[in-house]
Amino acid sequence: MNKIVYKEFFSEKVAKIVLEAPEIAIARKPGHFVIVRVDEKGERIPLTIADADTNKGTITLIVQEVGVSSAKLIALKVGDSVADLVGPLGQATHIQKVGTVLCAGGGVGIAPLYPIVQGFKKAGNRVITVLAGRSKELVILRKEMKKYSDELVIMTDDGSLGKKGLVTAGMEEVIQREKVDEAIVIGPAIMMKFAALTTKKYDIPTQASLNTIMVDGTGMCGACRISVGGETKFVCIDGPEFDAHKVDFDEMLKRLGAYKSMEAKAYEKYLNSLNQ
Amino acid sequence: MKNIADYLKEERSKDWRVALRKSMKAKERTARERTPMTEYDPEERSHSYVEVNLGFNEEQALVEATRCVDCANPTCITGCPVGINIPKFIKKIESKDYLGAAVVLKETNALPAVCGRVCPQEKQCELNCFYTVSLHKPAVSIGSLERFAADFERNSGKMAIPEIAESNGIKVAIVGSGPAGLSAAGDMAKLGYDVTVFEALHEIGGVLKYGIPEFRLPNEIVDVEIEVMRKMGVKFRTNFIVGRTASFDQLRAQGFEAFFLGSGAGLPRFMNIPGENYNGVFSANEYLTRVNLMHAASEEYDTPVFFGKKVAIIGGGNTAMDAVRTARRLGAERAMIVYRRSREEMPARAEEVKHALEEGIEFLNLNNPVEYFADENGHVNKMRLQKMELGEPDSSGRRRPLAIPGSEYDVDVDLVIVAVGTSPNPLLAKIIPGMDVTPWGTFKVNEETMQTAVPDMFAGGDIVRGGATVILAMGDGRKAAAGMHAYIQNKIKNKA
Ligand SMILES: Cc1cc2nc3c(=O)[nH]c(=O)nc-3n(C[C@H](O)[C@H](O)[C@H](O)COP(=O)(O)OP(=O)(O)OC[C@H]3O[C@@H](n4cnc5c(N)ncnc54)[C@H](O)[C@@H]3O)c2cc1C
Ligand SMILES: Cc1cc2nc3c(=O)[nH]c(=O)nc-3n(C[C@H](O)[C@H](O)[C@H](O)COP(=O)(O)OP(=O)(O)OC[C@H]3O[C@@H](n4cnc5c(N)ncnc54)[C@H](O)[C@@H]3O)c2cc1C
Ligand code: SF4
Ligand code: SF4
Ligand code: FES
Repeated sequence: MNKIVYKEFFSEKVAKIVLEAPEIAIARKPGHFVIVRVDEKGERIPLTIADADTNKGTITLIVQEVGVSSAKLIALKVGDSVADLVGPLGQATHIQKVGTVLCAGGGVGIAPLYPIVQGFKKAGNRVITVLAGRSKELVILRKEMKKYSDELVIMTDDGSLGKKGLVTAGMEEVIQREKVDEAIVIGPAIMMKFAALTTKKYDIPTQASLNTIMVDGTGMCGACRISVGGETKFVCIDGPEFDAHKVDFDEMLKRLGAYKSMEAKAYEKYLNSLNQ
Repeated sequence: MKNIADYLKEERSKDWRVALRKSMKAKERTARERTPMTEYDPEERSHSYVEVNLGFNEEQALVEATRCVDCANPTCITGCPVGINIPKFIKKIESKDYLGAAVVLKETNALPAVCGRVCPQEKQCELNCFYTVSLHKPAVSIGSLERFAADFERNSGKMAIPEIAESNGIKVAIVGSGPAGLSAAGDMAKLGYDVTVFEALHEIGGVLKYGIPEFRLPNEIVDVEIEVMRKMGVKFRTNFIVGRTASFDQLRAQGFEAFFLGSGAGLPRFMNIPGENYNGVFSANEYLTRVNLMHAASEEYDTPVFFGKKVAIIGGGNTAMDAVRTARRLGAERAMIVYRRSREEMPARAEEVKHALEEGIEFLNLNNPVEYFADENGHVNKMRLQKMELGEPDSSGRRRPLAIPGSEYDVDVDLVIVAVGTSPNPLLAKIIPGMDVTPWGTFKVNEETMQTAVPDMFAGGDIVRGGATVILAMGDGRKAAAGMHAYIQNKIKNKA
């Protein structure tokens, strides 16, 4: 059992959760994720390890509520435990000194981007971070990102914070201004698709971290599979990061929506149960 | 060690066996018909999760036990991968000592209640029974009798905890909690070792839990066996992926003297045909894991699954049969097996094919999918099949299926489950320096000791054989335990 030792809300739907997981704290690297099952009836959901403290034996997760499982998780209190936690999973981000790195995160993708921004900065790169969201509340981790970025650009659809516009506009501005050696994009599939098209125009090597639906997270089921350069890959063991210019984002978008109506129904039922 | 043949002879000449043999004429025994297994009604069971085989009752078991003529040369034993003393346990049943029969089973088989249910008996013990070989009659129902004795013991509440040698304090690690890992763990515990089983998933049991459905193998049966192991002092750590959560070197530093790798062959294969990544196309592992491990079909659980009405399963093995029968139970009106060879060549257990037919499963043999199509949301709605014919035998001795050009036709589907085999997960092979791995990703071992190319690592089960059987995995686990024991004792001797 992994106990929650700290919890903080960044916004109504986004929380930082620190859990006891001493072995994972030691073993994890930026880009790794864990699978969490909140309770005995819960599903197994993947979440990026945003940070870790090897002395205290804890890992940090940043969770955005989008459906039942994420809602159940952020509803837990300090002192509660999750039923299951396993990891670290996935391939670590390939972090090295390349020069200038452009890190772009949108909505749900900002949390998993955080340890990567940290890693590239620590490796001695110039890091420019572009964060985007529909509105101000959805642009999380601004303070934390700022600490590890040489420059932080914020974009919102409604202009409630930073500049008004899409993430791609923010990225393009940076690219046109200075030489970018590598780009990392994490966010909703549709955002990654257009971000990848943007960097492709300028021939900038780009990694995307894919947030496909998973079950086991250990390579056993194929739920997370995706086409990369015409080949089927398992995101949980081959990824989660891939060459963004080769990922079939249209396929990924469809696969992400596979259970949409069931999920929506379940979420509604869950929310109703809270009001009873 | 005593010669096995001598041991069997000695056992057979004990007074009680001699008396039992004399109690009924062999002619009378062989004149009896094989006792059929009582089964749940096919129509009813195909809508529920009840266990299909009800098992023998005492009366049936006694009658069936008398059929065994207690052969001087019990060829049945040669067909059993773990060499159960079959006539001895059957004669224990005949003399109504059911708990004694269970003790005989447990001498060589850690999970008799499981094997009695899932062994492909018709290809193993029962294939080599005197009835099959010499009388050309249906074999003694060895599997059902095995299940009877094991179930009797479990239901009696008097589960025997095997004798355990005095603790030697030496730590060994078992990687994976499938049948291979469990049997290795059991044997090492009996020898007095401090055993920890590491399992990546949140449940113990490997394929027994996430793969084989409850209508064939209720989880409770596996859980009871695991409880016995806990009582034997075996420790279990779920949610622990050896090589990720901690490295082998870290575990060595914690004092683990040897490792048994029983990580199975869990990586699903796909056919790489167009449309295979559409929604509604699952690997059998995903489908069965959602339903069995995550309880997706139950309203109370959060994991979702598709309830297909027109379901096609691609493949002809046990996995395919389990998937198709599960789909049927989840409400499929049309549940189809699509297999590229003929019915006779399907690798599934004969009983599973029989049960599937009774439950109204359609068999599209000599058919192979070539492409899938989807609706505007990307959900599969059609499969294109090509007809096949059988050509010359291939290296496996089975006739090679050949496509018939121009024979393609389309079938409506809303769920497709691909069950064309699995390979070992490449994780361990990648991270263990010096491991000798075959081109198929399986680990090479010394067949006597199950030792791998890395001296303190032993392996068995599907990671060595590719997809095989529960009983073979268990046999490997036992052999490896003996090998590990010898290796560790040798190391201690050399140090002294
Ligand atoms: C490798 C990896 C790392 C991740 N890291 C984080 C993280 O650090 N923080 C975090 O908040 N989330 C992260 N996610 C996403 C997270 O796993 C999902 O948000 C979660 O599984 C949703 O479960 P749910 O039951 O709450 O919502 P569901 O009911 O499953 O989904 C609700 C809605 O969200 C959409 N959705 C479903 N799954 C995903 C998904 N994987 N990504 C995006 N949208 C989805 C659905 O289309 C649906 O409309 C990560 C995903 C992966 C694969
Ligand atoms: C659906 C289905 C039906 C079947 N039906 C039959 C049948 O009727 N009769 C029969 O004899 N056989 C059957 N089989 C085959 C049989 O189940 C397997 O041959 C057998 O389970 C193999 O045992 P194993 O111990 O080698 O591996 P598994 O049972 O696969 O167990 C391996 C375990 O190791 C864990 N693991 C892997 N890597 C790690 C790691 N690094 N750290 C920790 N844990 C790890 C896995 O999570 C898994 O739980 C069936 C298989 C399937 C899939
Ligand atoms: S373990 Fe399997 S092969 Fe051996 S006797 Fe039992 S059913 Fe037959
Ligand atoms: S071969 Fe058949 S009849 Fe002979 S001992 Fe074995 S089970 Fe009994
Ligand atoms: S989540 Fe099951 S294989 Fe990736």
